[in-house]
Amino acid sequence: MAYTAADLRKGLKIEMEGIPYEVVEFQFVKPGKGQAMYKCRIKNMLAGNTMEKTFRSVDKIDQPNIESKTLHYSYQEGDKYIFMDNKTYEQVELHEGVLGDQRHFLIEDLECEVLFFNHRAMSVTLPAFVIKEIKETEPGARGDTATNVLKPARIDTGYEIGVPLFINQGDYIRIDTRTGKYVERVKQP
Amino acid sequence: MRRVLELRAKLNDAIRRFFRDRGFLEVETPVLLPANAPEAHIDAIPAGTGWIRTSPELAMKRLLAAGQTRIFQLGPVAREGEHGRWHHPEFCLLEWYRAEAGYLDMLADTKALLSFLAVELRGQTDFTWQGKPLSLAQELWEKHAVSQAFIEHAGWDPALAFDPDRFDLDLVTRVEPALPADRPVILIDYPAPCAALARRKPDDPARAERWELYLAGIELANAYSELTDPGEQRARFEAANAARVRRGGRPCPLDETFLAALAHMPPSGGIALGVDRLLMILADVDSLDGVLPFRFG
Repeated sequence: MAYTAADLRKGLKIEMEGIPYEVVEFQFVKPGKGQAMYKCRIKNMLAGNTMEKTFRSVDKIDQPNIESKTLHYSYQEGDKYIFMDNKTYEQVELHEGVLGDQRHFLIEDLECEVLFFNHRAMSVTLPAFVIKEIKETEPGARGDTATNVLKPARIDTGYEIGVPLFINQGDYIRIDTRTGKYVERVKQP
Repeated sequence: MRRVLELRAKLNDAIRRFFRDRGFLEVETPVLLPANAPEAHIDAIPAGTGWIRTSPELAMKRLLAAGQTRIFQLGPVAREGEHGRWHHPEFCLLEWYRAEAGYLDMLADTKALLSFLAVELRGQTDFTWQGKPLSLAQELWEKHAVSQAFIEHAGWDPALAFDPDRFDLDLVTRVEPALPADRPVILIDYPAPCAALARRKPDDPARAERWELYLAGIELANAYSELTDPGEQRARFEAANAARVRRGGRPCPLDETFLAALAHMPPSGGIALGVDRLLMILADVDSLDGVLPFRFG
């Protein structure tokens, strides 16, 4: 399948030289007597870097074979993370590199969106917020809920996170998986 | 909203005063046409048994052929599918023509017009657009030959071996971004295959007497020493139609009344200037959205 330049829009996913890109910015340009063109900023979906690319209306643009699946996290085995497709009971192994920092926020049975490019997992999106238990931190300073001062704490995966002074070992906190930052203290789930 | 309406009214009024003071007659020609000038990459919007005009050019040239010597027109044109930050399917075009003149006479007019309009709307020739300085002072204009600009920024001379696809792409990605943005710049003497309705240079037939004006890197106006040879004009229309068919479009009917009149047209200079884009720059906004109270689609 191929797109033409007229299909280009923000968010469209395209393929060039075997690499999937997402269009992040897009401008219609046309010299007075010339052909219509589309000046795009495109993001390499594998490496994350962006670049400029201008398409002419005659250009054919490949459509990448990208598939999104909802998978549930199951368990870890060394640098592999095993997910389960609850519809087909198929197991999917994702390498640590695909997960990046997101791996620290996995919880058993967590529902994740996994993007596959040519049937290989390319990226994983977790729910925006997860709840984790504090496994290790200095004892809390009572009543100190007003200041913005943070202290280091660790969660079960070993990830170090800044938390307010009143947080104790054994407390549960909400984490924003997009920033990796503390949001608030919550009751045990 | 009120500010934009006032600026538009002030700009239109200043344009009319400028031309009236120089002996130009304001004319109105039809918006609904039986035929536009065929162009490889400009599509007219159908309307009933005809089309909305993509430019008033052919009608204004018929007025020159009928003896008018200095005419201008300010009004709407429409082009199919042109929609973006600096494009809108319907836009306001200012065209003016001088008999017994050429493209350099049009350049002198344009320099005087823009510095006049800057003073009328912004109080002085030097102002800022989107935080960057821009001067419309007449002595700062820069002239860049198309061949020279392409050799310098894209590594080839399009007048020697023309490649239309490469020309458009390199123009937009290499040449235009390299032009100074703090003063008016004209690209001048286009390769003959880009001549459209301009005459070739008498001493250099590989190039045509055409220039384009850029302000802050934005294309604003297109001027010609007008082609007055009906035979060559017909051949160019036919070539444009062939290019339309090659890219999967439909040919445009030829305006035979215009072609017949062209034999009587004196040597002339002509220019089309995008008024909405000029207003956008003078109003210090970065998109046509900011100067068009009504957007199509």
